[in-house]
Amino acid sequence: MPDPAKLLRQLGQATTDRIWRLGFAARFLFAIVRYSGASFRRLPLTLREIYFSGVLSLVIIIVSGLFVGLVLGLQGYETLQRYGSTEALGILVALSLTRELGPVVAALLFASRAGSSVTAEIGLMKATEQLKAMDMMAVNPIARVVAPRFWGGVISMPLLAALFSAMGVIGGWLIGVVFIGVDDGAFWSQMQSGVDFRYDIVNGVIKSFVFGIAVSLIAVFEGYDSVPTAEGVSRAITRTVVTSALTILALDFLLTSFMFRGTS
Amino acid sequence: MNRTILDLWVGIFVAIGIAALLFLSLKVGNLSSARLSDTYVLQARFDNIGGLKVRGPVKSAGVVVGRITDIKFDSGTYEAVVTMDVDGRFRFPKDTFASINTSGLLGEQYIGFEVGGDEKMLNPGDTIKKTQSAVVLEKLISQFLFNKAADGQDGKQ
Repeated sequence: MPDPAKLLRQLGQATTDRIWRLGFAARFLFAIVRYSGASFRRLPLTLREIYFSGVLSLVIIIVSGLFVGLVLGLQGYETLQRYGSTEALGILVALSLTRELGPVVAALLFASRAGSSVTAEIGLMKATEQLKAMDMMAVNPIARVVAPRFWGGVISMPLLAALFSAMGVIGGWLIGVVFIGVDDGAFWSQMQSGVDFRYDIVNGVIKSFVFGIAVSLIAVFEGYDSVPTAEGVSRAITRTVVTSALTILALDFLLTSFMFRGTS
Repeated sequence: MNRTILDLWVGIFVAIGIAALLFLSLKVGNLSSARLSDTYVLQARFDNIGGLKVRGPVKSAGVVVGRITDIKFDSGTYEAVVTMDVDGRFRFPKDTFASINTSGLLGEQYIGFEVGGDEKMLNPGDTIKKTQSAVVLEKLISQFLFNKAADGQDGKQ
């Protein structure tokens, strides 16, 4: 029989710990924004991070986007042909990609591909006391190490999500038009009449931008806050991926319920 | 890594990303076609709009000539007031007939203009006088059933 007072104490400790970390993360974001001047004045720093988190994620984003589009095309065609409206395949593929799948899946892939490596890098820098050494040399580690990685992720994310959606549409087109033989004109014209620029595409880009901020913040925060041991760094990486995934899905629900309700 | 190669790759990445955005807005979205640059506003009053939605199309002879921008309920007359943006290139006569149609059996609903023969044209901001409400399937069926029932009673007598 465990001591109830002890259980309550543990609960209280866990709660205050969570709240403290949340507050620390918010202060951390504030510090990043405050010290991010350097990452734009010394542009190579940020460019390097765009290269590592954006350019190196290109392959996984392009391939996954294409395959998601292929599957959407196949499954969508399966269902639509029962109702004899296969020409609606274009709008089905385009809407599901630009509104939801593009930003969400791209962000999930981005978190596991780029976010985890950012956490590992910063965590190892902390474990090997490089961050402290920078501090000793009067170099602000947030300005020098954290902010460029944060902005690199924030800039890369919307571009990657747009690329994912575009590749998905091409994948759906490949399956629908080239392999199955849906009419090419109907595929594109239905898509264009159904997808609104401001309502669907701009909202999708806003979503991916928000996800970019969330994933980048979680990645740099977990790295900076990690326990400076081998085990601590590996835990921090796991936490980055798990927390990012949950945050992306929760934010997606929130954003969707604000963006896409009512009129249509 | 060499600075110039890094710049090149980042440049390629950003260019691909912007190309994807352009592809989405121009080829997938309707930024190129349906962005009606020069439009004017028309209004129409309906007894029942059925499932008409904001952003739905306005068609004449099957061609999209505008978009529905607003649907309101007028508590004075208990009618629905539909506001639409019509392409400025097209003008319609005063006695144009606006009806709510359905594309296909289960498709979306749209406003169709049937053009009359009036010499005078509708001006921006005008309200279309002659309208026909959406066909409500339940009403149609119940009407049909009542007619049938009435027929049956007539037959017995």
